[in-house]
Amino acid sequence: MTARIQLRDKEFKVRSGMTIRSALLQLNIQPEAVLPTRDGELLTDDEILQERDEIRLIAVISGGAY
Amino acid sequence: MKCRKCGEKAVIHMRQHKLALCKNHFLDWIPKQTQRFIHDNKMFIPEDRILVAVSGGKDSLVLWDVLSRLGYQVDGLYIGLGIDGGNGYSAESRRITERFAAEHKLDLIIYDIEEHEGLDIPTAASMTRRGRERPCSICGLSKRHIMNRVAIENDYDVLVTGHNLDDEAAVLFGNTLNWLTGYLQRQGPVLPNRSGLVKKAKPFFRFYERETAAYALLRGIEYIYDECPHADGAKSIYYKVLLNRLEADRRGAKLSFYLSFLRAKETMVFTSEGDDVERMLHPCTSCGQPTSTPDLCTYCRTWKEVRDRRETVLEKGIES
Ligand code: SF4
Ligand SMILES: [Zn+2]
Ligand SMILES: [Zn+2]
Repeated sequence: MTARIQLRDKEFKVRSGMTIRSALLQLNIQPEAVLPTRDGELLTDDEILQERDEIRLIAVISGGAY
Repeated sequence: MKCRKCGEKAVIHMRQHKLALCKNHFLDWIPKQTQRFIHDNKMFIPEDRILVAVSGGKDSLVLWDVLSRLGYQVDGLYIGLGIDGGNGYSAESRRITERFAAEHKLDLIIYDIEEHEGLDIPTAASMTRRGRERPCSICGLSKRHIMNRVAIENDYDVLVTGHNLDDEAAVLFGNTLNWLTGYLQRQGPVLPNRSGLVKKAKPFFRFYERETAAYALLRGIEYIYDECPHADGAKSIYYKVLLNRLEADRRGAKLSFYLSFLRAKETMVFTSEGDDVERMLHPCTSCGQPTSTPDLCTYCRTWKEVRDRRETVLEKGIES
């Protein structure tokens, strides 16, 4: 019962059945600093992870390149 | 989670506003909010000519998109820094910016530092005492100087940048940790024009960073995802991470930190020092921009130092 979460070149395996937000907190990823997507579609982080889900996280922090 | 406006599936939940929206309503909400921020803070009016500083990153491209959707006359300014860093950062961000401008039929001014100064930012930085490790010091001051100069020379009424709430809160955090009262006094979403200095505005100052990223994604705006390689390990990023920790425990913490600062400022918690700086401003003897340092402004002084150093290096025949 696993789902996969990718962030840049890292991939994490997590249990399905919990919300994306709980999975992020468990992985020590700040929910505020990423946007979860599935098949390119944006998701809210209360979405429950399904078996074999592949979630790609988009990092949103930028360094202020002005 | 459902969209508050139509009940369709939401794509984003903005916890600080207790607001979830679907794609269409979110893409409507961003320009409407922006318009409200522009109006409430008297940033500019439809008659104004606006120059937006575009880096190829999400915030500046989204800002350009939103302002042009709102019907403002807004041209872009891209500053070529000549940073490669192994991922061709400058070349790629320029390509993305030019493509965005062409696709949206928007006017873009390109200002390449190497063309004007003879050296790119990393090479110039390696010739300054401060910049040997990190080129951000000369890079930042050059960008600020050039943005102002291009805006003034081309008669723009206002210069806008894509700074979002996370950027502003991180700067505020740094300024507060060190009680930099002079900086605190000048920090804000609008800086009025003064002689030789164009008016500046940050229409996205209340949006969280993830909101501008979500807008880019939903609008299909291509932006440069990989940071400038020199941003790695920057203090501003560290502060953003700390603030996001607060935010995770207490929704709205970032927003209220910044907004309560603005309110405190209105009640004149920070006074007088700025006026002194203002009184000391005089035109730089080389470029004419206002400066508080004697003789040359920081930009002209730094670049002079770079050129002098380069000449010495060339004369001695040392490989630079
Ligand atoms: S991170 Fe530093 S070098 Fe890179 S664009 Fe920003 S200020 Fe310039
Ligand atoms: Zn909706
Ligand atoms: Zn000068």
